[in-house]
Order: sequence, then C-alpha cells, then structure tokens
Amino acid sequence: MSRQSLSDAQRESVLQVIAKHKSRPGPLIEILHGVQASLGFVPPGAVPVIAEGLNLSRAEVHGVVTFYHFFRDHPVGRHVVRLCQAESCQAMGASALAAHAKRRLGIDFHETSADGAFTLEPVYCLGNCACSPALMIDGDLLGRVTPQDFDDMVTAGQAHP
Amino acid sequence: MSIDVYVPRDASALSLGAEGVARAIEEEARAQRSQVRLIRNGSRGLYWLEPMVEVALPHGRWAYGPVKREDVASLFAADFLQGGAHPLSQGPTEEIPYLKSQQRLTSARVGVIEPTSIADYVAHGGYLGLKRALAMTPAEIVQAVLDSGLRGRGGAAFPTGIKWKTVLDQPPAQKYVTCNADEGDSGTFSDRMLMEGDPLALIEGMTIAGIAVGATQGYIYLRVEYPHAYAALNEALNAARQANYLGRDIMGSGRQFELEVRLGAGAYICGEETSMLESLEGKRGEIRVRPPLPAIKGLFGQPTVVNNVVTLASIPIILARGAAYYRDFGTGKSRGTLPLQLAGNVRRGGLVERAFGLSLRELLYDYGGGSASGRPIRAVQVGGPLGAYIPASQFDVAIDYEALTGIGALLGHGGVVVFDDTVDMAHMARYAMEFCAIESCGKCTPCRIGSTRGVEVIDRIIEGVERERNLVLLEDLCETMLQGSLCGLGGMTPFPVQSILKHFREDFHARTRH
Repeated sequence: MSRQSLSDAQRESVLQVIAKHKSRPGPLIEILHGVQASLGFVPPGAVPVIAEGLNLSRAEVHGVVTFYHFFRDHPVGRHVVRLCQAESCQAMGASALAAHAKRRLGIDFHETSADGAFTLEPVYCLGNCACSPALMIDGDLLGRVTPQDFDDMVTAGQAHP
Repeated sequence: MSIDVYVPRDASALSLGAEGVARAIEEEARAQRSQVRLIRNGSRGLYWLEPMVEVALPHGRWAYGPVKREDVASLFAADFLQGGAHPLSQGPTEEIPYLKSQQRLTSARVGVIEPTSIADYVAHGGYLGLKRALAMTPAEIVQAVLDSGLRGRGGAAFPTGIKWKTVLDQPPAQKYVTCNADEGDSGTFSDRMLMEGDPLALIEGMTIAGIAVGATQGYIYLRVEYPHAYAALNEALNAARQANYLGRDIMGSGRQFELEVRLGAGAYICGEETSMLESLEGKRGEIRVRPPLPAIKGLFGQPTVVNNVVTLASIPIILARGAAYYRDFGTGKSRGTLPLQLAGNVRRGGLVERAFGLSLRELLYDYGGGSASGRPIRAVQVGGPLGAYIPASQFDVAIDYEALTGIGALLGHGGVVVFDDTVDMAHMARYAMEFCAIESCGKCTPCRIGSTRGVEVIDRIIEGVERERNLVLLEDLCETMLQGSLCGLGGMTPFPVQSILKHFREDFHARTRH
C-alpha cells in the first residue's frame, strides 16, 4: 500500500465525515476535525478524497491542512501532551519543564516516544495562565505542573494505554 | 432538605483537581447520608483558592479553598455543610476582599450560577436585555450600544456601536454576527471563564446583536485549545433553543436567530478578524486586505459583525440596565468595566473586573499580592504577546486605553503577565519574534520574513556579534515590520521588542563574546 492510499476502513470514515458536513457552509475545517477525530490524523491519502467531495483542488485542501498547527498528517502516540510555552508559563518555569519533559521522554517537540505512548507538542496558551505552567494531555488540562507531576502523568499514561 | 455545594467545572479549577474534589464530596456525602446537591459552577476567578468549594448557607455562600481531594473528609468532619470552622475556610465568598472590591458587570454571574441552566440565568437577571431589545427598533438598540461607550474588548478597542451601525446600514441581505472566541493571548482567560461560567450571556449578547443589525445567523469561532468551553457552549445553545431563546420565533416575537460554534485549529492569527472570517469559511487563515471592512463584506462576502466574547457578553447588561448605567463606570474615553486577567509569576492570579482607571500597581500588589516567587517584580507584559513590557518605574500608570497608549503600551484584551527579576528580557524579545515567525500567516513579507530575521539578529546580539550594529539593525527591522505589515501580528510584534530595547536594554549586553 502506498503512502498516499487509504485503507478501505479509513476511506469509509473519511466519506462518512464528508457526508455529514458537506452541506454546511464553509465545511472544510469541520471535515478535517472530523477526520482527525476518527483516524487520529489527516492521512495524505484523505486529501484527494476530501477535495473531490467538496469540489476543491487538492492544493486547496492540502493548503488548509498544513496551515493549521492542530492538524497533522502522520499518526501520533497514544497520548498527546501539549506543553504551553507562552509568556505566562515561561514566567513560571515552562522552559525548564519542557527540558525536563524532553529528557524524561527522550524526544524533542513534535516527536513520539519510542514506546508509542506519548507525543510531545508545544502549544501557545491554554488559557490557564493564572495556574502556570500548564499542559494539556489529550483533553485534560493540568495546572501548576511540576517536574514530579509530569513524571507521575507519564507513569500513569504508560500504565493506561 | 439538601444543601447546595458548588464545585467549579471551570477548566482551570479542573486543572487543579476540582473533578476529584467533586467526586470525593459525593462519595463522602453518600457515606455520611448527608443530603448534598452538587452544583458545577464556573470559577469566581480567585485562582489561588481553586479548587474553591462553596456551600450555600441560609445567609449566603461560604467558601473553602484551595481544597484537595484529601481535604474532603476533614471538611465533613468540621461540618462544612453548616459553615463549620476549618483551616481552608475563607468565610463568606462575597466578603473576600479580592472579590468584594471588584465591579463585576460582565462577569457578574460567572462562578455564581449553574452555567447552562436557563432558570438560574433568568433568576440572576438573564434575558432581561433581550426582552428590552425585542421592544426596541434596531436603530434604538444600536444607539444604546453607541451611548454606552462600549469599545471592543478583544484588543482593538473600536467602538462597538459604530460597527453595528455600519452593518445595520447595509441593504437587507443575509447578514452575520460572529464572535471571535480565539482567545490566543498569553495571560488572558476572561473569554474562557465567561464561556464556561456564563455562556448564556454570550448567547444573549449575540442574539441582541442579530436583532439589532438584521442578522439571522451567528457563529462563535472558538479556539480548539478550549474543549471545556466548547462543551459548555453547546450545552447552553441546546438549552436556549429548547426554551425558545434561539430559533425561528425568539420569545414569541417572530424574530429569528440561530447560532453555532465552529472550532479553530491552533492558529494564533485567526484571532485577527479577517483571518478568522477566512477560517470560518473553511480556508487558510490568511488575513484579508481592508477595505472592504467586514461590516460591509465579511463572512461569505456578507455584512458581518465581528466582536469579541467579552464585548458581546457586555451587551445584555447594557440593554437591561441602560446605556448610562454602563457608561457611568470608567474614565475618559474608556467607559464601563474591563475584566483584567492577572497571570504569570503572581501570588494571587485571577480575574479582576473593575472600572477603567485602576492603577497597574494596585492590580499587581493589592490584588496580586506581588510575585509568586516572592522576588521583586521586574517586568509586566500587558495586552498579550504583542503588548509592551512595562518596567517597575511605570507601574503607576492607570489601566485605561489612552493612559497605556501614552506610555507606549497597550491594553489589548486585558491580560497582565508578571515576571520577577530572574527574567532574561533579551530572551523575551527573541521569543516575541519567534512567536511571530511560528504564527505568521505568511501573506506579507515584513511579518513572514522579518520575524525570522528578527530571531537571527537577536541571537547575534545576545552572542555579542557586532552588537551595536545589530542593535541598530534590530531597531530598523522593528520599524519596517511596524510600518509595512498588513495586520497587527507583524505590525505589533515590534512593540514588546522595542519596549525591551527601551527599558531593559542592559539584558542585551549580558553576555560578552566568547
């Protein structure tokens, strides 16, 4: 199977998402959210399928996927950890926390740990600025995160896939 | 009779363990056969006390905080359901000085009510504004907003009534009301608190806007980093629809307005209004060249109101209490109140809604209690990543639009980020440029290229490579970005950099060439 082609199940998911949102005004970003929610990422092979479904060019769809930091074109770990690196969190040690996180997981930002458990991403503000430094793991927000909290989170995340 | 106990569902409170506290209270109440009705409110915004648990006593609410899951058993042992004494007791909530001295208009219900309950909302003055608006002509509503002096709270501070009037004056067509809920500035969370703690206020404000300008469809453009707000908004939208506050026949008036939430996808630039409109249309969030203004050609090319969350959520009280009531708060051309957000290295971070005119020093020390680290406060960034860094010598500045502009700073969306004396300001200048490079939409050269060159020049200055020449180059680059960029991202990124060059220049000389 080439990198560009979708599995039958993936194609079916993408088509379902398209059908669900197609008639709404300006649906492309909604569709990309839907695809990423069901497949975990937006496979490059989904781009032509979406383009055809919305009567757009592949370039237009590709352009939107790549414009937004939230969309990714490759699979990620079982948990996505987004560490806030914006000013408020920096004022409370976010850079040191990031360095700790990278050491602990043995990866840099935008990478996935060898055991496939964690993907580490930087994020610029989670709106938790009165409780800096902050991070979000999957949909859960954490505040006043210490290196010890981070390690506890990693231990828990490795135990519960 | 069961006793009402409040544990916030606010994202920040949850980030500190509020969910575990709520579960522990339920379990303990069951074990002790206490009749407890658990209510998940928003946050009062006293974040050093979160998770803050409140008990409804006959004479008012009583606060305990910060409560950890492990504290719950001892709270029951101390009979907290009757306001019993406990080391975490904060006394009557409304008497906590941080809260008592505030002037909460826009955020009056946040943390008080059950966020998605129509009954609770109405019992606390909700939908009075809409009721008034339905009895007025569109021109009268717009006039009330003009008279209130309300200016856009998203950052640009443009008079809201003028925007609305422009949209109203367009010939009848499909018009839109859009809410910019892409609160991306570091140090800001008032939009989030409002959407989580009183989402119906935003919905009511947008409905009034729709009736005022003749729009039947609204969109809330919400950043994807706010999943808790997304859930609260959608619950509130459903409640409003079911109770006929949205839909084809609002409150039996025959007026129509529908509303939906659209999620962004992690692009700071989409907080710029034309970029937000592109994104709402499902496109790359590249900014549009103005004119035409969004009020004339906005979403899908139609006349569109674009306002921030706090702006729109301030509309109901203006209609309910009258323009004069709102206008009588504030000073000069800054009328009404502003929910300030105190963040970063500060002891008591949180939401402080006050009339314009409070001094920065009062905010930092009387409310904030100084730095969290206990070290001297060295710099404060006001107004997000595009705002200037203010040195301690200027902390007496009044917090209003004009006074801050007067010292070369800006108020923006009201975020205040505190740094102690361990901060490396040369690093913060580099970060300002780096952030712009990461978030630039790429449409104009000064922003797209200038920000990357800015990082490189600052790196050379820090390393001590031809420092004086590169400082001149950096100042020149700032000027180019400021004058030549299409929007505020490239056009304002120089503000923090220039403020550091002006007030903290010594940090660029910290390292000698090795």
